[in-house]
Amino acid sequence: MAQPNTNVVFAPWDDPAAKPIIQFKNVTKRFGEFTAIDNLTLDIYPQEFFALLGPSGCGKTTLMRMLGGFESPTEGQILLDGVDIGPVPPNERPVNMMFQSYALFPHLSVWDNIAFGLKRSNMPKDQIGDRVEKMLKLTQLGKFAKRKPHQISGGQRQRVALARSLAKAPKLLLLDEPLGALDKKLRNETQFELMDIQETTGTTFVIVTHDQEEAMTVASRVAIMVDGSLAQVSTPDQIYEAPNSTYVADFIGDVNLIEGKAAAAKGGMDVHWGDHQPPIHITTDKPLPAGAHCHFAIRPEKVSISATTPKAANVVKGTILDIAYLGNISTYHVEIASGVIFKAQTTNSKRLSRRTFTWEDEVYLSWTDTAGVVLSE
Amino acid sequence: MKFGRTLLVAIPYTWLLVFFLIPFGIVLKISFSDIALAIPPYTPTLKDGFWQMLSGLDLENYAFIGAGAVFAVFAVLVISVAMFQIVYPRVRRALIPDARYGVFDSAAAALTTLAVALVNVALIVALVSFLFPVLKSFVDIPDFLYFAAYLSSLKIAIISTFLTLLIGYPIAYGMARAAEHWRPTLLMLVILPFWTSFLIRVYAWIGILSTEGYLNQLLLSIGIISEPLAILNTPVAVYIGIVYTYLPFMVLPIYAALEKMDDSLVEAAEDLGCTTLSAFWLVTAPLSKPGVIAGCFLVFIPTLGEFVIPSLLGGSNTVMIGKVLWEEFFNNRDWPVASAVAVILLLILIIPIVLFQRNQEEAEQ
Repeated sequence: MAQPNTNVVFAPWDDPAAKPIIQFKNVTKRFGEFTAIDNLTLDIYPQEFFALLGPSGCGKTTLMRMLGGFESPTEGQILLDGVDIGPVPPNERPVNMMFQSYALFPHLSVWDNIAFGLKRSNMPKDQIGDRVEKMLKLTQLGKFAKRKPHQISGGQRQRVALARSLAKAPKLLLLDEPLGALDKKLRNETQFELMDIQETTGTTFVIVTHDQEEAMTVASRVAIMVDGSLAQVSTPDQIYEAPNSTYVADFIGDVNLIEGKAAAAKGGMDVHWGDHQPPIHITTDKPLPAGAHCHFAIRPEKVSISATTPKAANVVKGTILDIAYLGNISTYHVEIASGVIFKAQTTNSKRLSRRTFTWEDEVYLSWTDTAGVVLSE
Repeated sequence: MKFGRTLLVAIPYTWLLVFFLIPFGIVLKISFSDIALAIPPYTPTLKDGFWQMLSGLDLENYAFIGAGAVFAVFAVLVISVAMFQIVYPRVRRALIPDARYGVFDSAAAALTTLAVALVNVALIVALVSFLFPVLKSFVDIPDFLYFAAYLSSLKIAIISTFLTLLIGYPIAYGMARAAEHWRPTLLMLVILPFWTSFLIRVYAWIGILSTEGYLNQLLLSIGIISEPLAILNTPVAVYIGIVYTYLPFMVLPIYAALEKMDDSLVEAAEDLGCTTLSAFWLVTAPLSKPGVIAGCFLVFIPTLGEFVIPSLLGGSNTVMIGKVLWEEFFNNRDWPVASAVAVILLLILIIPIVLFQRNQEEAEQ
């Protein structure tokens, strides 16, 4: 997470006095019959690294293009620093965009690409050179200033695109799948570079991605979009640990979901599921009303697996169906009732040869009463 | 393996070389001959024996059509362009005050450039004055018609290439910006005229442009004009014919260049502060340059030697070298002079063809 170097946690979204830089107010966007964005309201705060995450076609790119000025909302308002930017054309917005294809001008050198926006502004000529050099230094491109875009690698092109969009020091930088074209290793490195640059420049970043790992790594807040509306907007840890719906829980990472009925219990609630299964105990201060239909969600790494009956709040017995060995971790697929398969993840702290379970073994799965969450929708 | 590859490359090249060089050799030989009342209508021929024939060849026809003057004009043009390309960048570099090198270096560079330019001029003057006695007989033009025809062809070719570009670029731009599913249809519409004979299409323009033609009737019936316009048999008719005929050759390469351009480039330019117009000039126009150059050459090269359009639409007022060639060959039956005209035309065309090739190679890189 991109946080300033103070002991105060960077969380303007919890501060009622903080002024958002971007406000979507009941924004709807339709293309003919198709509704791309459906009555969406969202605040983004200065210096945030905000990620829009969702499957393709969920409207995240449309949302970003509306910020850039390439689409205008059918209904509702978009405010930048309190001013409606609906009628402002892209070239007059203090917003710059880094395109998915990078959109580097093939006929211009790296230097001229970065200087392109500055030359269009009213910046004095002698300052343009300094600014470009500064951007080249920030993105470590000094050596390539004279090359044309087709003479440099994909990773370097990505950095030129970033330098070009940052050169005009925009209030808001939009990044459309910025790392999509890079291979995994380079992508991981670049994610941290992006965060560093965001911290150094203090610019507000809005990133569109379909890669959840990327969104979790770089963003201060993540918005999960589905069918043109926001499913959940929260910090990465909240999204992961406290999803507000089965959709979000399922979309982010791996999850075990059990359908059941809520029942009152001391200090929390119980979820009754299956025919002859013990209820799941959950400690919570916001129990659902008894009898409510609900889902119990728990992440595989929070489920432990053992050969003997463990002492824990929740224990179920099952048979190992499958073992996925990933090197650092192993995922066990355990059938706990006919047709109900639970995933449990363990760190491989021992060598493989000393593993105690194998296929078809009877094992016990257990988890604490605070490990999972109950979702009503 | 290597031999096979050489053979594969050699076959088409040999084919092209043979079928270009043999006819060219024959034409070249005839251009060095003299007119005669015989079959074939020139002398000497191979019947006189090979050496006899060779010794009978001379440059008389070239002197007659003023080839020297044509070449002098071309040589001056080429040398000026070359000089400009050598000198201009240096002058420009010298004139830009560069903080890194300082005023003294700039002045020194300017002086050096000036010296180089002067030496160049002196060299050219020396060369011309040395060769002048040899060139003199060629520069003296017995018949001004040919020289005028070359110049007139050049003028018509340049103007009609420009007009074609002016009309073709918006068409290509519109096609490239049209919805994806419309593009094949639009492309088809551009190519469609090729389905009928070129001659018939040019002939159709006579029906449109003549004094009693459709255009005049339409304009008269609307009431825009009271007297029919005389368009046919004027240079205007020639320009209309050329622009109409060669438009697809301009549209297609520009369309190809614009169509493969990424739309997000224009969006990026606007995002970085360009208005729609400046985004066009700074991004779209430079990226379509290879297409524009290719289109211009594809129109310019055939137009320079064009014969059908000026002879059908231009009347007797329009003099183009293709038409002159035809008249020499069929009306005067002066094959040697006609051949000399053709050879000079080919030599003139080599320059744009070489430039065109270089542009294609650059575009591929």
